[in-house]
Amino acid sequence: MQAFDYVKAKTLEEASALLAEHNGDARPFAGATDLLIRIERGFLHPAKMVDIKNLPGFRAINALDNDWLRIGAAVTMNEVVIHRDVESRYPLLAEACQSVASYQLRNRATIGGNICNASPAADSAPALICYGAEAIIHGPQGERRVTVEDFFQGVGQTALERGELLTAIEIPPPPDGAVGRFLKLGRTTVGDISVMNVAVLGWPDENAASGASWRIVLGSVAPTPIRAPQAEKLLAGDTSPAGIEAAARAAADTARPIDDIRASAAYRTDMVRVYTRRGVEHVLAELNY
Amino acid sequence: MKHDINLTVNGELYNLTVESHHTLLTILREQLVLTSVKNGCSEGECGACTVLFDGKPVNSCLVLGAEADGHEIVTAEGLTINGQLAPIQQTMIDLGGTQCGYCTPGIVMASFALLERNPNPTEQEIREGLVGNLCRCTGYTRIVDAVREAARLQRTDMTL
Repeated sequence: MQAFDYVKAKTLEEASALLAEHNGDARPFAGATDLLIRIERGFLHPAKMVDIKNLPGFRAINALDNDWLRIGAAVTMNEVVIHRDVESRYPLLAEACQSVASYQLRNRATIGGNICNASPAADSAPALICYGAEAIIHGPQGERRVTVEDFFQGVGQTALERGELLTAIEIPPPPDGAVGRFLKLGRTTVGDISVMNVAVLGWPDENAASGASWRIVLGSVAPTPIRAPQAEKLLAGDTSPAGIEAAARAAADTARPIDDIRASAAYRTDMVRVYTRRGVEHVLAELNY
Repeated sequence: MKHDINLTVNGELYNLTVESHHTLLTILREQLVLTSVKNGCSEGECGACTVLFDGKPVNSCLVLGAEADGHEIVTAEGLTINGQLAPIQQTMIDLGGTQCGYCTPGIVMASFALLERNPNPTEQEIREGLVGNLCRCTGYTRIVDAVREAARLQRTDMTL
């Protein structure tokens, strides 16, 4: 591997200064499960790695006073999966994080890294977007927040600007009675990167004609994870078998996938229809209203 | 850039000087000559380099040596105590869970960690627990048998 320097940052200010000083040649370093591979393959040539794992709060999951849940940027996938509050209140997120790669990798891969790498196939993203999660960003001007949905700007591109750092993800309380389902298609049953994925969240809502409101988020079928608003709207109106099929078709129409080594665009589009239908059927069977 | 680090490997404390860009895999193999730790893919897919980092299995090819400062590492060498193989090591031999042997130390470490968090795994749980360990001889059936048998031995607390 090419040579680089490595520093463990102790404070947020120190981390920001180190990242700014190297003018883009320094990289934040957490689980490194993507970063080291890209260096090994010669795609990246950072001069300095700034390890942010030991910054205050970066490895912590905390319930906040406003009933939101704060997950530090360097919390690992396995730590997210087994956390009591995630399991009880945000099981869709646990399901998504558990689907990432292998147990060994999930002991290193962090939820912040999953978002900051901004792969369209980031498995935690559809679940976070379903729950309306927000990215907490520290920068030279202080703290700001954007929704995870808006944090993704394009393939490998995020809302982070130079000198800024993702510090945590905060998730609002889930809607009462919400039920979620994350479905992922890979080349193997377990452990592969997503060919496509879908997160479905439904919850009882007396103002909806069908009795429930919905969030549908698709992964790996566009430059970023995307919501399928037309499918969500159709499901709020009708969850009969015909209504579900119409919503699944609407989700497929929303997808804008590409052909690549893992699957063709046409196959991905049709699998969006199939997996959305399955996800909605699963959620509907568990919803009580 | 060099770092002076203190780490515990297989119960012994070491003081090492390591390069920033050297992985834990490189340190373990080349500075400590713990050659059970294998380099397969260098990208966290094959699991041949699996070691325990503070008790948790990780791919040592994706960890920097400098990160191990102050931490505790266990390799397959460290599972054998006074010449007594750990149950998973013995059952891998007895049930033919090893062919060319290259993936074996990583599979032993991943299986050891799996049995610590789940002493009685189903076949499905064993296969999911080992999804990050590839065997190019494709001897998975006997590997699964060996893990199941090690689990049984550990539960009944039988000695081999």
